[in-house]
Amino acid sequence: MSGRSRILRWAIPLAVVPVLVLLAYGFRTDPRDIPSPLLGRPASPFKLTAFDGKPVALESLRGQVVVVNFWASWCYPACYEEAPSLERAWKAYKDRGLVMVGVNYQDKDEPARRFLAQFGHTFPNAPDPGSRVSVDYGVYGVPETYFIDKKGRVRFKQVGPVSDEMLKDQIERLLAEAA
Amino acid sequence: MTPEVGYAATVAALILAVYGSGAAALSAVKGRADLRRSSERAAVGVWLLVMTCMALLIYAFLTFDFSVRYVAGNTNLGTPFYYRITAVWGALEGSIILWAFMLSIYTLIVMARYRRTQPQLYPWVLAVMLGISAFFLLVMAIPAPPFERLSPIPADGRGLNPLLEDSGMITHPVALYLGFTGFTVPFAFAMAALIIGRTGDEWITITRRWTIVAWYFLSLGLLIGGWWSYHVLGWGGYWAWDPVENAAFMPWLTGTAFLHSVMIQERRRMLKLWNLTLIILTFSLTLFGTFLTRSGIIGSVHAFSQGSVGQFFLGFLALIVLGAFSLLAWRLERLHAQGELDSIVSRESAFLLNNLFLVAAAFTVFFGTVFPLLSEAVKGQKVSVGAAFFNLVNIPIFLALIFLMGVGPLIAWRRASAENLRRNFLTPVAIGIAAAAVCRVAGVANALVLLCLALVVFVAATIALDFARAARARRRTGDGWLDATWGLALRQNRRYGGFVVHLGILVVALGVAGSQAWSTQTEATLNRGESMELAGYTIRFDGLQGVEESNHAKVVGTFTVSDRKGPYTVLTPAKKFYPQEQTPIAAVDYRLGFMEDLYLVLGEFARDGSHATIKIQVNRMVSWLWIGGFLLTLGAALAIVPEPRRTPAVARAGQTAAA
Repeated sequence: MSGRSRILRWAIPLAVVPVLVLLAYGFRTDPRDIPSPLLGRPASPFKLTAFDGKPVALESLRGQVVVVNFWASWCYPACYEEAPSLERAWKAYKDRGLVMVGVNYQDKDEPARRFLAQFGHTFPNAPDPGSRVSVDYGVYGVPETYFIDKKGRVRFKQVGPVSDEMLKDQIERLLAEAA
Repeated sequence: MTPEVGYAATVAALILAVYGSGAAALSAVKGRADLRRSSERAAVGVWLLVMTCMALLIYAFLTFDFSVRYVAGNTNLGTPFYYRITAVWGALEGSIILWAFMLSIYTLIVMARYRRTQPQLYPWVLAVMLGISAFFLLVMAIPAPPFERLSPIPADGRGLNPLLEDSGMITHPVALYLGFTGFTVPFAFAMAALIIGRTGDEWITITRRWTIVAWYFLSLGLLIGGWWSYHVLGWGGYWAWDPVENAAFMPWLTGTAFLHSVMIQERRRMLKLWNLTLIILTFSLTLFGTFLTRSGIIGSVHAFSQGSVGQFFLGFLALIVLGAFSLLAWRLERLHAQGELDSIVSRESAFLLNNLFLVAAAFTVFFGTVFPLLSEAVKGQKVSVGAAFFNLVNIPIFLALIFLMGVGPLIAWRRASAENLRRNFLTPVAIGIAAAAVCRVAGVANALVLLCLALVVFVAATIALDFARAARARRRTGDGWLDATWGLALRQNRRYGGFVVHLGILVVALGVAGSQAWSTQTEATLNRGESMELAGYTIRFDGLQGVEESNHAKVVGTFTVSDRKGPYTVLTPAKKFYPQEQTPIAAVDYRLGFMEDLYLVLGEFARDGSHATIKIQVNRMVSWLWIGGFLLTLGAALAIVPEPRRTPAVARAGQTAAA
């Protein structure tokens, strides 16, 4: 066997390795992970009426860490997956000054109420008539969760379901900051 | 119950496929017929089990069994029953079942046809095909289980992606997957040939028709995809160089190259290494396509991320590519060409050029598709590659390919004489130039369109000339007209089937050129009763109407259209509102015509129906794509039918002549 074909014997299979490596690299990136233009900017104020009839307004929440979660009862499975985590985080941090608001996104009243009952949410949840708040926040799909710091700026946006660890990390970080 | 039974069937099928693959390989090594028979029974078992999975899933959809996560995710109580059936392959999990199911059918056909005639290749073919089936069953068992149980059971499901509620979605995935899986057969034969060292032309002769079948279905899948994009997505186009489209287009390009280059190997015993490389590439690209669309590594309108499926596909892709190319490298010394290229002016070199261009096109598409990834890896910048890049690099390549389409079939093998060139090409070249000149005089100003037209007419003329000559020769030997034409086409069905396919491609090429050059569009906001004009059409907005459908609400606009001759039609484009979708979905309305389509998309509107924004497109020559697709179907069918045996054909010809 000639030297040339010995080289070829290795070169042929090895030629595809860089392509495979590049594709594997693709797992580390998310093409839809386009940074939100809202990051670092003041969060848009809103005033909604919660399902239980109480008003929810962002203006009155300055100086506190706010988590705004957009969800829908038809958003299956992601919204169902994250719902227990949200409630757990709320219970864990509400005494330390956390405010959590659920905004119900393009939904019907009855299934939305059933969703809340199913997960026993105790933090305020409000429908978003005309999707005005969702549009202000640039919600692309549900679930999306926005973390707002004590100065009222959007600091982090999560697209897709949140987990216990992520909620803990973000909330602890923002709570630790000075107002 | 269904989830458990389905999952059990999946796992059983997986075990059988792994066992069957191993048993088939072992039977080949040890020469044990009992093992081979056992592996065949395993293959039948796989088929039965996958069919069971398929049936179970269809049943779960039909009965709204929301205890199956996949059913809950892709249907709801309002989904009409026919879309509940097609919803089976509406998302990843089900489409993997469809894939496995088709593969198991192909495996059975291969088994039935070759178990006696190809005793040496066949066990390895079976081993490879069952091995590939095993991978898809593994995907069904672990990363994308279609029968995953959902608890608690929701009262209603999420519903099918509204864009998939269309008749095109019934056929498009089926055709596409028949194409994708179809390439498994030539790939498996190529691997078997490499393993046993019979690297001659045998595997190519056996799989020729299989390749045409796979190629045909892939072409059909692409065309139906274009049709779906055209009449559902509402942007007025049929091809956007989206990664998912590219994913299906790349194997088509290399598959087309393969279809052509095998002819040189059959004839001249050249290009053995090349042909093996092409089939490995083609098959790998079918996997790559699925990887790309399912891994979520590249942004696309279709793609959606699905957990670890991408990793599984990448792993398998690596296994296939590295394995196949290592096998190829191992058998390298058996792959030397026995023939040589005699002259640059010959059919061999025309085919080689054709291959070069097709592979170059595949490479540019590949490069453009993964470039965002490359850019992010190297420069850390997010970019997207748009249609401009793909058009720029591919238009010259495709024009060159059309030219070669005219040259290849008629130029002489080995070395074309001046006489051969003059006899075959002088008239067609003259006709092509004349046609372009006539069109120029008639007012066609676009240089690219004129060039495309000249090439298309040139190729069509070569085909017509060749056919007329052959028919005339048969007439001279005493055949009747019908026999000299239709009989000729049937007798040399591969050649003339190929020609009809070429004609189909030419018609598609004209459609692409015409629609790109001459389509026109405008957008306007009309008050009720107000009219506007575009390209000779007058469109009047008559009002809006709300309609409640089983699973969505829609707002339908009524537009009365008249053309220069008077009243033409009433079009009712709509906007559909699905509760589970964030954005409304446009339902376009259109009138298709031979030379132009009128195409209306409803935009924003006032709730009281007083005014509405409408996008009006006059899309020229788009119908040619579908007509070309139909021709392509005819040609492929002609090329696929088994060549009639010599004797009966002659006998039949005699009868016809006598009658």
